[in-house]
Amino acid sequence: MMDGTDESNILNSPATNNGGTMEISSPNPLAPATATNGSGSATSPDSSSSAPVTPAALGENALHVEISDALSEKEKVKFTVHTRTTLPGFAKKDNNVVRQHEEFVWLHDRIEENEDYAGYIIPPCPPRPDFDASREKLQRLGEGEGNMTKEEFKKMKSELEAEYLATFKKTVAMHEVFLRRLASHPVFRVDQHLKVFLEYDQDLCAKPRKKMAIFGGFVKSLGKTTDEILLSATVRDVNDFFENELQFLTEYHGHLREAASRTEKMTQRHKDVGYSHQKISNALTELSTTEKGNMETFVAKSAEVFERIKNLETRVASDQDLKLGDTLRYYQRDSNAAKALLIRRLRCLAAYETANRNLEKARSKNKDVHAPLEVQEAETAQAEACEKFESMSACGKEELIGFRNRRVAAFKKSLVELSDLEIKHAKSQYDYLRQSLLALKEIA
Amino acid sequence: MEVDTATTPEHNQEFADVDINNGSVSGASDEEEVPAPGSVTLEQENDLFVSAMTPSEVHRRISASNLEEVLTDDGDYFIQIVISDPQKVGDGMSSYLAYKVTTKTNIPKFKRNEFSTLRRFSDFLGIHDLLVNKYLRMGRIIPPAPSKNIIGSTKVKMSPQQTEPGTPINQEWIEIRRAALERFVQRTAQHPVLRVDLDFINFLESDQELPRAVNTSALSGAGVIRLFNKVGETVNKITYKMDENDPWFDDKITEVEHLDSNLQKLSSALKSLVSSRRELSVLTGLVAKSAAMLSTCEEHTGLSRALSNLADVEEKIELLRSEQANSDFYILAEFIKDYLGLFGAIKCIFHERVKAFQNWQYAQMQLSKRRENRGRFELANRADKLDQAQQEVEEWQGKVQRCQQQFDDISAEIKREMERFELSRVKDFKANIIKYIEVQMAHQQQIISYWEAFAPFAREIV
Repeated sequence: MMDGTDESNILNSPATNNGGTMEISSPNPLAPATATNGSGSATSPDSSSSAPVTPAALGENALHVEISDALSEKEKVKFTVHTRTTLPGFAKKDNNVVRQHEEFVWLHDRIEENEDYAGYIIPPCPPRPDFDASREKLQRLGEGEGNMTKEEFKKMKSELEAEYLATFKKTVAMHEVFLRRLASHPVFRVDQHLKVFLEYDQDLCAKPRKKMAIFGGFVKSLGKTTDEILLSATVRDVNDFFENELQFLTEYHGHLREAASRTEKMTQRHKDVGYSHQKISNALTELSTTEKGNMETFVAKSAEVFERIKNLETRVASDQDLKLGDTLRYYQRDSNAAKALLIRRLRCLAAYETANRNLEKARSKNKDVHAPLEVQEAETAQAEACEKFESMSACGKEELIGFRNRRVAAFKKSLVELSDLEIKHAKSQYDYLRQSLLALKEIA
Repeated sequence: MEVDTATTPEHNQEFADVDINNGSVSGASDEEEVPAPGSVTLEQENDLFVSAMTPSEVHRRISASNLEEVLTDDGDYFIQIVISDPQKVGDGMSSYLAYKVTTKTNIPKFKRNEFSTLRRFSDFLGIHDLLVNKYLRMGRIIPPAPSKNIIGSTKVKMSPQQTEPGTPINQEWIEIRRAALERFVQRTAQHPVLRVDLDFINFLESDQELPRAVNTSALSGAGVIRLFNKVGETVNKITYKMDENDPWFDDKITEVEHLDSNLQKLSSALKSLVSSRRELSVLTGLVAKSAAMLSTCEEHTGLSRALSNLADVEEKIELLRSEQANSDFYILAEFIKDYLGLFGAIKCIFHERVKAFQNWQYAQMQLSKRRENRGRFELANRADKLDQAQQEVEEWQGKVQRCQQQFDDISAEIKREMERFELSRVKDFKANIIKYIEVQMAHQQQIISYWEAFAPFAREIV
C-alpha cells in the first residue's frame, strides 16, 4: 500500500530548522518499524543494527536522537529511542531506552511547565497512537469472514494490515519528530528532563495516567482557554508586533484546523472510492465465471484493471494524507504551541503591570518616608518583572520568526512533493490505462 | 427441468410502470454510433416485402423471419435517434415534460431521412406497451422503458419556471431521465423487427400528438388493476412447474439467472462508486475553500500565493471528480442497470414460453378427453353422438397442432432472440468498458495538467 511512495521524510521537515548546530541525518527513520498481524500485537524484527549509523560522523557537542525500533502491543506502543551524543554529562555516547507514548507526554509536560522556557515555543506533543479504526475494521473483517470468498478475504486482510502498518509508521515518525525538535533546539537539548528521558532505563511515569488525570487535563485546558480570553480582553499590548502575531495565530490556527479536518475527510472518502473499485473488481471477477470465450477473458481483464485503479487511487489518497494532511495537522499543533507562547507573554505582561501598580501604590503610601523598605522591595520586584518581560519578548520574537521560517519551508517542501506525487500517480495511471486499453481492444 | 420463476426479482417487467424497471440502450455513449454490422438488421427484400403487407400479416411474416438472414445483414442500414431539449408544457400537476425526438436513418420504411417530433414521457411508456402487446407472445425481447418516478416528476412539475426547470437537482433528474429515454429508444431501434414496427415508426415520424395511453399513469385505476393482474401472473409463475425437454432452455435459464445475479452485485458496487465519488467531489470543494482561507490569512507572500493556487487546483479537481462520477454513472452504472431490465424482459419471454406450453398441455388433455368420449360412444354404439364426438376430436386435434406450433415457434424465436441479444450484449459491454477507460484517461491527463500548472508556485516559495 505504501510501497513506492516516499512518505518517510514527511515529518522531518519541522525538525531541520531550529538550532541548526547539528546534523540530523537518518536516511530512513521509519524503516525499522514493523507491525505484523492485526490482532493488535505486532512484533518487529530487531533492526536497530540495520540503521546505517556511523558514529564517527558525530561532531562536537552533537546530540542525535532517533527511534530505531517500535513494537506494538495490545494497548501500547513501545518505542526504542536511540541516542548518540558527544554532549558532556551523558554517561554513554550510544544508548538505547524503551519509551511509551505516556513518557513522551511526561517529557512534554515537564518542558512546558518550566518557567525558564516560557519564552520558547514548546514543540507540540505527539498525538496518541490511535489504531482503534484499524482494529475495528479488522474485527469487522473477522465477523464478515463467512460472506466473502477466500480471495476477497485475503485481499482485505492484507490491505488492512498495510493500513495498520502505515498508521504505525506515522505514529513512530511523529514521536521522532518531537524528540528531534528538542534535540536540535539550542536550549531544550541541554534540558535535564530530556537527558533523563534519554538515559534513565526505568519507566518515567511513576503513576500511570488515570482517568482522573485526563479529566484534570481537560479542566486545565478549559482554564487555559478562559484565561486566554480574559487576558486578551484585559491586557493591552504595548507592542504591535506581538498583538498582530496573536491575532494572526488565532485566526491561522482556526483555518489550519479546519483545513486539516477537511483534508482528512477528503482523503478518507478518496479511499472509499478506491474500495468501491475493489468491489467492482470482485463483481467483475465473479461475472467472468459466468461468461464464455473471449468475453470471459475480457471481463477478467476488466476486473484486473479496476483492481489496479483501486491501488493507484488509494496511493493518491494516502499521499495526499501524508503530504498535505500531515503538514496541516502538524502546524495546527505547532501554531497552537506558538499561540501558547504569546499567552504566556501576555500573562507575564500582566504581572509586570501589576508590579508597576504595586510600586506606584508603595510610593504614594510612603512618600513622606525616607528610603522606605517597602518601596525598595516593590522596585526590585518591578525591575525583575520588567526584565523578565523584556527578555521573554526578545526571545519570543525570535522564536516566532523561527516558527514562520520553519512553517514556510515545511509547506514548501510538502506542496512541492505533493504536486510531484500527484503528477507521478496521474501519469502512471494514464500509462496503465493506455496499456490496458490496447490489451482490451486486442481481446475484443 | 422446471421453470421456476420464484427467483425472478420484482424489478422485472411485471411492474413496468410503477417499479424500478428501467432503461434500455447501452448508455449515452452509444448515441453517436452507427450500429455496426450484425447488431441491427433486416434484409432489404424482406423489408420491402413486409411493407407491402397488412399489419396482421406483418406480424406473422416477422415472426417467421429467419434469424440467419437477420444476422448476416451487412449493416448498410442505420438509425440514430437523439432525444434533446426537455421542456415543460403546461402548469402545476397537469404539466408534463416533452422531449424532442430526432431521427436520422436510411431505412426505406421511413418517409424521410431526417425528422423530429415532440414526445412526452407517457408516449414512451405507451409505445413500449404497444410493442409488448404485439411481440411479447412471440418471444421477442422488448427493451424496458424507464420507470415512472412520481416524486421526481412532481418536483419538476412544481418548479416555478416554465421553460427552464429550476434547481440543479431537477436538472440532474431530467438529464438522467432524458438519457434513459434515449437509451430505450436507441435500443428498440436496434432491434431488426421492432424498429420497423408501424407503431414505432409512427412514434418517431408523426408530428401529430399520439393518443393518450390511459393506463400508463401510475396513479390511474387501470394501472392499479394491471398491477393486480401482474401479481396474479407472478403467483402463477411461482406455482407452475414445467417439464423441460429442451436442454438448451435448461442451460439458458440457469445462465440468465447467474448473469442476472452477478450483474446485480456489479450494479450495487457501481452505485457505491458513484456516491463515494460524488461525495469526494464535494469534500474536495471544501478543501479548496479552506486553502483559500489559509491563503488570505497567510502573511508570507510566496506561501500565500501557492496556497491560493492550491485552492484553484482543488476547485478544478472538484469539478473533475464530479465529471468522473458522471462517467461512472452514465457509462457504467446506468448501462448495467439497463441490462438488469433487459434480463427482466428475457425472463418475461421465458415465461411466455411456459404459458404456450401450458396451453399446449391443456389442449392435449382436452383432446384425450374427447378421444375417450368418442371411444365410449363407439363401445356403446351410439351412432347419433359419434359424429359430434368425432368432430370435437378433430377440433381439438387442430388446436393441439396449433398450440404445439405456437410452442415450437416461440421456442425457436427465443433462441434466435437470445443469440441476437448475446451478440449485442457482448458488443455493448466491451464498447462501454473501452469508452469508460478512454474517458478515465482523459481525466488523468487533466489531473496532470492541473498539477503541472501548480508545481512552479510551490517551488517559487522563498
